[in-house]
Amino acid sequence: MASIKFNLNGKPQNVDAVPEMPLLWVLRDVLNMTGTKFGCGMAMCGACTVHIDGDAVRSCITRISNVAGKSVTTIEGLSAVAGMADGAHPVQAAWIEMDVPQCGYCQSGQIMSASALLTKKANPSDVDIDEAMRGNICRCGTYNHIRSAIHRAAALTSAKTGAKA
Amino acid sequence: MSTVTNNLTSTISQTNRRGFLKASAGAAGLLLGFAWPEKNQLAAQFPPPPAYIPNAFIRIGKDESVTIISPKSEMGQGSTTALSQILADELDADWSKVRVELAPVNPQLYGFQGVVGSMSIRTLWTPLRQVGANARAMLMQAAANQWSVPVAGLRTEKGFVVNPSNNARLSYGSVAEAANKLPIPTGIKVKDPKDFAIIGKPVQRLDTRAKSTGKQSFGIDAKVDGMQYALLSRSPVFGGKVASFDAAKTKKVSGVTDVVQISNGVAVIANSTWAAMEGRKVLDIRWDEGSNANQSTPAITKMFTELVSQPAAKPARKDGDAGKVLAAAGKKIEAIYEAPFQSHAPMEPMNCTAHLRTDAAGNVTGCDVWAPTQMQTAARDIAAMAAGLKPEQVQIHSLYMGGGFGRRGSVDYVGEAVEVAKAAKVPVKLTWTREDDMQHDQYRPAAMVKFTASLDANGLPAAVEAKVATPSYGFENQGVPGTAMVGLQDTLYSIPNLLLTYQGGETGIPVTYWRAPGASQNTFFWECFIDELALAAGKDPVEYRRAILKGSPRLLATLNLAAEKANWGKAPAGHFQGVSVLNHVGSFNAMVAEISITNGKLKVHKLTCAADCGHVVNPTILAQQVEGGAVYGLTAALKGAITIDKGRVQQGNFNNYDMLRIDEMPVFETHVIPSTEAPGGSGEISTPLSAPAVANAIFAATGKRLRKMPFLNKDLA
Ligand code: FES
Ligand code: FES
Repeated sequence: MASIKFNLNGKPQNVDAVPEMPLLWVLRDVLNMTGTKFGCGMAMCGACTVHIDGDAVRSCITRISNVAGKSVTTIEGLSAVAGMADGAHPVQAAWIEMDVPQCGYCQSGQIMSASALLTKKANPSDVDIDEAMRGNICRCGTYNHIRSAIHRAAALTSAKTGAKA
Repeated sequence: MSTVTNNLTSTISQTNRRGFLKASAGAAGLLLGFAWPEKNQLAAQFPPPPAYIPNAFIRIGKDESVTIISPKSEMGQGSTTALSQILADELDADWSKVRVELAPVNPQLYGFQGVVGSMSIRTLWTPLRQVGANARAMLMQAAANQWSVPVAGLRTEKGFVVNPSNNARLSYGSVAEAANKLPIPTGIKVKDPKDFAIIGKPVQRLDTRAKSTGKQSFGIDAKVDGMQYALLSRSPVFGGKVASFDAAKTKKVSGVTDVVQISNGVAVIANSTWAAMEGRKVLDIRWDEGSNANQSTPAITKMFTELVSQPAAKPARKDGDAGKVLAAAGKKIEAIYEAPFQSHAPMEPMNCTAHLRTDAAGNVTGCDVWAPTQMQTAARDIAAMAAGLKPEQVQIHSLYMGGGFGRRGSVDYVGEAVEVAKAAKVPVKLTWTREDDMQHDQYRPAAMVKFTASLDANGLPAAVEAKVATPSYGFENQGVPGTAMVGLQDTLYSIPNLLLTYQGGETGIPVTYWRAPGASQNTFFWECFIDELALAAGKDPVEYRRAILKGSPRLLATLNLAAEKANWGKAPAGHFQGVSVLNHVGSFNAMVAEISITNGKLKVHKLTCAADCGHVVNPTILAQQVEGGAVYGLTAALKGAITIDKGRVQQGNFNNYDMLRIDEMPVFETHVIPSTEAPGGSGEISTPLSAPAVANAIFAATGKRLRKMPFLNKDLA
């Protein structure tokens, strides 16, 4: 057992866990934060995607010991970390507006991958979207809706930035 | 997270409503499996609610909230939203106040509780309209009583009862309690469809927000007090049993609390899922592998090949005399088609949480089960059996499913969880890893068909014989499993001499319903073979189908619409098209695929679908289902296969059994034919169409006829 400190959704977090335990299971079983999903356990499906220091990372293969001192954002904190009301993050707003989810199980991971993409490319092309999102499986087949919602989120973001300027 | 606890609490509280609901005791059959009955048998096989008791389905709060209690669970198909629309429209509710909960298991109130065979809307359309209309009438009567006026002059308006003579208004919330005490009226008329205000509208799904914010709780998110996490080691060979095991190393793994044997293997119990995974890795089990230890995919193919070469066995459909016509025919067209096993692979692996209640003396008195299940009644019954209880002593808390696709119509994982909880004497959540899920699935069966056909002087089919070899499951009709023949025996093509037979084909590999059971492989076989006949007749595939669908106007209309919208025959240079059609689960559907092959690599550019699903409840959800269903079928057409060696599945995860991904996703169009016919299914109608449409397009591009799924790039040259 080790005591590991990191920042979770903008707040300091301390956990006692076996250092090899993947972040996914620390979140789900130790911290009861079940918005992050288990799909494959081997970085093949993207269901477990979270942000670590702003990058989209597969939490199922990320040891908790490697998270020490870093900032982790999960689906539960995505809007809050951006200083917005829950569900108001442009990616979530676009997802809701376009009714993307079917079963919804993959969508936490899809949204975390999409939001990381948009922080790096404000206006991603379809090729950028393919590149950033091909690691996220959706068995319900919502891919075209995901693509449209990412473009929509980009438009929402630039409208907001434009309004501020 | 408090959200999870809240979600579960609200699920748990549903059972407490049992006391509050007063059900008339109606006999309801118990269903452990399901078939694809004719329209007029739907009610018999999937009994509707025996009585239309409004408060079983609708709870109106003093705060004006309208809670719909959905007898059907939700796996992404959207029926909780669509069923709510039906009730809310007849109720004349304010849609912004509507939310939905999953009902407890209670066949006396809800009839058949399962989400299978695209049945939800089809079987509940009429009953739920009546329930909603009854509830509205009761609210009006309660207002009339309060005002002391005759009910006849009153009307309703979005959550209010209105008296037009003096413009008095009473909200539903203010009269709901009084309405609940009134007798359930009879003879109440449902709405004229032209007055629908919510049915037919693309209202937002009730679960969209929760599913976009991580708040939707799924089966795998269940957590109950004192719960431990369990994983089960199952025999790698189907049908094998534990011979002996040694748990010494496992018990030393940090976090592991117990190791117990159950009927289906050895379970590791721990204080986290990961600790249970680590513990299971070092568990030493010797298996008695049983009779399937030598089964393999080549052996199964060989057996199927022999079966389809034998004389026609059990007839599923016989029109005219195909044998006689074929014996006399000069030229015969023959082809053998084959499809592999497929895994369901819902993104949420199987899981179930179980808690056995005991009295002070330690006797088991009841059982709570939190399950993402497509079959609530079957889940209750298997839990009762595993716990040694009566079904009434089991409470099933249905949780949202991260996909189902037929897999969660089997309830093996529920029985396992209850057995583990009983053996370990603690509440447990049994989680399957992806490998468990893929290697211990109940698969889409492998199948083979041998076709023989002859054409008449005009090139139209004179006689067709199809011999099917595939394992049997589900209901049998005179020795023929319905699921073996779906997609063939209900063909609407006019073929004067048609003989379809079932040749057998047991493999020892567990199989079950997989999105569009039977049809998902048979449509590939059939629609490709129809193209082979068109080719032999020298006709265009769409023209040929038009000629043999003259008697089936609804299917013909979808064919024509898909061909028109896809610009059939006018594909851009270097692109090629293929077509397929299907009537299934009360709906009619056609698809045109547009593909190209560059440097030996297949690309599917576009799928154009036309659908006639009768009266549409929610066009957004219908489009989601048609598109999602087609992706499911396209994955089976283009990606992996489940293969068997030494009685074991050779694939284990998405690294060797991949899914279609966003960069392979074609442009997709759904064109819906407006209809006032009774609603048909939507979740399974397009899945079977992708493979034949793409295979037919590949033939157009290459002249190569692919008769075996999946279609890999190496097969194109
Ligand atoms: S669970 Fe981590 S990528 Fe699939
Ligand atoms: S919405 Fe079901 S897996 Fe993506």
